Amino acid sequence: MTFQAGACHGDGAADEGMNRELSYYPGCSLHGSAREYDHSTRALCEMLDIHLQELDDWSCCGASSAHAFDRDASVMLPARNLAIAAQQGKDVLIPCAACYGRTKAAQKSLAEDAGLQHKYAEQFGSNVPVSVPLLNLPELLSDPDMVEALKQRVRKPLNGLRAVCYYGCLLMRPPSVTQVENYETPETMERVFAALGGTPVPWSYKTECCGGGLVLGRPDIVNKLVDTLCLQAEEAGAEAFITACPMCQGNLDMRQKDAAAAFGRDYSLPVFYISELAALALGYARSNGWWRKHLVNPRPLLREKGLQ
Amino acid sequence: MSESISSVQEIGTDELPVIEPDPSFMKQMLEMGSPQISPCFQCLKCSSGCPLGFAMDHLPHQIIRMVQMGLKHEVLASSAIWLCASCETCVTRCPNGVELPRVMDALRQIAVREGVRPAEEEIAKFHDSFMDEIRCSGRVHEMSLIGRYKRRTRQWFQDAGLGARMFLRGRLGFLPEKVKDRDKVRSILRKGGAR
Repeated sequence: MTFQAGACHGDGAADEGMNRELSYYPGCSLHGSAREYDHSTRALCEMLDIHLQELDDWSCCGASSAHAFDRDASVMLPARNLAIAAQQGKDVLIPCAACYGRTKAAQKSLAEDAGLQHKYAEQFGSNVPVSVPLLNLPELLSDPDMVEALKQRVRKPLNGLRAVCYYGCLLMRPPSVTQVENYETPETMERVFAALGGTPVPWSYKTECCGGGLVLGRPDIVNKLVDTLCLQAEEAGAEAFITACPMCQGNLDMRQKDAAAAFGRDYSLPVFYISELAALALGYARSNGWWRKHLVNPRPLLREKGLQ
Repeated sequence: MSESISSVQEIGTDELPVIEPDPSFMKQMLEMGSPQISPCFQCLKCSSGCPLGFAMDHLPHQIIRMVQMGLKHEVLASSAIWLCASCETCVTRCPNGVELPRVMDALRQIAVREGVRPAEEEIAKFHDSFMDEIRCSGRVHEMSLIGRYKRRTRQWFQDAGLGARMFLRGRLGFLPEKVKDRDKVRSILRKGGAR
């Protein structure tokens, strides 16, 4: 809803591009193991005339750890970024699901909790700024105008590509924070993937957990969860996963070989970021650098579909 | 409750655990920012949907009941509080809106503060390494994070093959990025300062 408010500058936004300005919070993963998510998001936005301005001197949101040790820090770490975003004055695109969830939760806590507002004033020397709208990537791309714009700009339709959309946890939950209505069986990424010419495959594990931050501490558990997701995706008839979270992508892509070995399976399902596929479909020519970073090589599948 | 315990002690059955409930535990939980858990009526929806339940010693609904009963030692020593991945499935489905992930946060915080040895030491060490990384740079650099974690756990060869593959594919960045205003980040961590 916030999107529609500031999204389309007059009619014909769909054919003339979105021509929109957004602040951009990449978060630590997108400057590290998920750089292809960062690059493809930037490339895609450029193709859609969405201008991204990175938050100046942003810091870590605290992600999977701060809340486990210190509630105040888990609010004040994102609050520092929210203060910068308020200064930049634009809606903020946060592609990482964990950053999105943590920042949005902090925003809600700051709006509701007088004690935290007081601590904010102590820490930052000013009152809590007016909440800026925060957007994740499926949210941005599945807006009806945007879906229309994507359809019109597809140069290389993803014909015949059968994939399951995997949302994981924090894009959808808890709904009191995300304000999503269809949080158990979301369809936003399916709408985007279908607009790009792909075939979304229905399945029941869209919002199951991949184990997230347990990946270093208990890789055996993450392998088990990854195994279940791969089996379910395969059984549903999918050839690949589509994600919008660096932890989901990381666990599914990087743990898949170990999971297959641990449980004696032979699945091999490439794990795409939705931004990678969208940019590819819109005709982005330099996607090879992204595929190189994937541990489950997506190039044979893309070649088979005539997309490489 | 206490009656049945004393009768167990009288019988002198060594194998049965002696449970010492701490009636002030719930009060301490609330002081640590835990949400109310009294609305829980043990419907088990949280445990049915918990993706980590299969690996936990006590299921989420049991943790809630144990906190209500004041079984402080048992709860703080459980693996469940560390295995909870904060996936938010339980709170999303709870008919009474019990915010279980926040309960788990408060339990971990009390466990750390009171020096209870974590049942899942590797996970606790991961969190420690993560927070050190934020304290040091303001951002998390994955290669440094893995280095910190390995120094703490001394599991030098765990996932060595995967690390090598990640490195070869360019998924691990060389140089850490540092936030300019690191003082502010550190002040946030100090002021909250659980450790």
